Amino acid sequence: MQFFFEVLIGGLLSGVMYSLVALGFVLIYKASGVFNFAQGSLVFFAALTFVGLMEHGLTFGAALAVTLLVMILLGLLIEKFVLRPLVNQPQISLFMATIGLSFLIEGLAQLLWGANVRGLDIGIQDEPIGWIADATGVNVSKFDLSAAGIAAVLVTLLALLFSRTRIGRALRAVADDHQAALAVGIPLQQIWGIVWAVAGFVALVAGLLWGARNGVQFALTFVALKALPVLILGGFDSVPGAIVGGLIIGATEKLAEVYFGPYVGGGIEGWFPYVLALAFLLVRPEGLFGEKIIRRI
Amino acid sequence: MTAVRAIGDPVLRLDGVSLAFGGVKALNDISLDVREHEIRAIIGPNGAGKSSLLNVINGVYHPQQGTITFRGKPRHNMDTHETAALGIARTFQNIALFRGMSVLDNIMTGRNLKMKASVLEQAIWFGRARREELANRAKVEEVIDFLEIQHIRKTPVGRLPYGLQKRVELARALAAEPSLLLLDEPMAGMNVEEKQDMCRFVLDVNEQFGTTVVLIEHDMGVVMDISDRVVVLDYGRKIGDGTPDEVRSSKAVIDAYLGVPH
Repeated sequence: MQFFFEVLIGGLLSGVMYSLVALGFVLIYKASGVFNFAQGSLVFFAALTFVGLMEHGLTFGAALAVTLLVMILLGLLIEKFVLRPLVNQPQISLFMATIGLSFLIEGLAQLLWGANVRGLDIGIQDEPIGWIADATGVNVSKFDLSAAGIAAVLVTLLALLFSRTRIGRALRAVADDHQAALAVGIPLQQIWGIVWAVAGFVALVAGLLWGARNGVQFALTFVALKALPVLILGGFDSVPGAIVGGLIIGATEKLAEVYFGPYVGGGIEGWFPYVLALAFLLVRPEGLFGEKIIRRI
Repeated sequence: MTAVRAIGDPVLRLDGVSLAFGGVKALNDISLDVREHEIRAIIGPNGAGKSSLLNVINGVYHPQQGTITFRGKPRHNMDTHETAALGIARTFQNIALFRGMSVLDNIMTGRNLKMKASVLEQAIWFGRARREELANRAKVEEVIDFLEIQHIRKTPVGRLPYGLQKRVELARALAAEPSLLLLDEPMAGMNVEEKQDMCRFVLDVNEQFGTTVVLIEHDMGVVMDISDRVVVLDYGRKIGDGTPDEVRSSKAVIDAYLGVPH
């Protein structure tokens, strides 16, 4: 039973990290109805820039500040030069644009900083927390817990921002109808600017946490693919959905790996979330918390 | 009540406005004025340029020629969200509500420009953001009462029947407390009862709040009943302008609507 809880807690904590990546997608999707394929590249770009700056002798704080500025700037540039010219185009065009964008950002990142795998130390050790292990016998990683804590604070703030405020309503309004949003005085470009800047910030946090855990390498872009089942479970346009979806995916993939893995030769962690998402699509295509799709026949 | 309603000086003036899309002249040398507190109707056959005219007034389109003067100040290529800030609100011919949101949230977006708290304050639901939200919510409730849509407050707008959606759209426009209200076919597609309700609301808004109304409408009975002055468009040109009686008896207007014998 102790072992079960250890796996469960480990899974939930890594799930929060999935939520963090999924959150980046939700932000853009909510405001423009676009699945931003480039989110994983942004995560990669952020982590690589941060490590690169550290290698050039910047302190942790300075590198963080500079990377934050770079990410916000990058977000604003994407909005201005990629999305703004595509206003009122079909969603699929915007989606295609973000695919192109992802290649561009990945290439740019490696051009600037090289393609070597790098370690990233953010000062939190990946070791069991002593007093929890003593009290309950369950090993909980200090790193995982801190990462989950950071992610949880960020997710909560954004969830509140979306659900209870004018900006949140403005975001949803813009996603639903550009023309009507403008008519009630919502400046489209300002809202998109805010969203992309925040998405850049979220990518930075995700990049640091994932980079510190797995090393800063190209494979970081694949973390974003794990966000896909999270989004399908939680709903593409729901911040709470991203959290719950992340938790479910994190917990189930670890439990499945440990308890069912051995029967099929292991390694099911890699594909289990996608199968779960597929099953979910059949039952509840809008996700747990997504906006219900209303059809009139 | 009549004090509020007394028609005053022009608030909006268009001089020689022309708008072309490529070779198509949507508006051709249009000049007209809209006076304070009046209900001004725009009529004309399909494709006459009525919606284009409305879009020019609220900054969706920028005319290639001519000037627009609002409250004494000439405007130069002002964008829609900027005209909204000047107190111009509108509804759309094809309902343009935020379909995923509840009636309440839709109307709250109308209060967008009245709320000033910064992103950061809003994120932490800080003092001013909180006070603002509550104060504006109270204002929205007044609009909801006024338009008699209390019972559907929490319903997602996508689930409402057409007539009610139109009413919610009017509510969203009214929530901005506009001084100039643009209505693009507010009664299109409605049954008689819904039309009567909508007429009553438009007249009430005009009388109680003194709001100036510019509306496009195809139902001649409605137009002649509620408007103070009517402008008639055909093929992008103005072919008539005056009181309902004057317009009704104008030969150019009759020709445009009924055709000219050859």
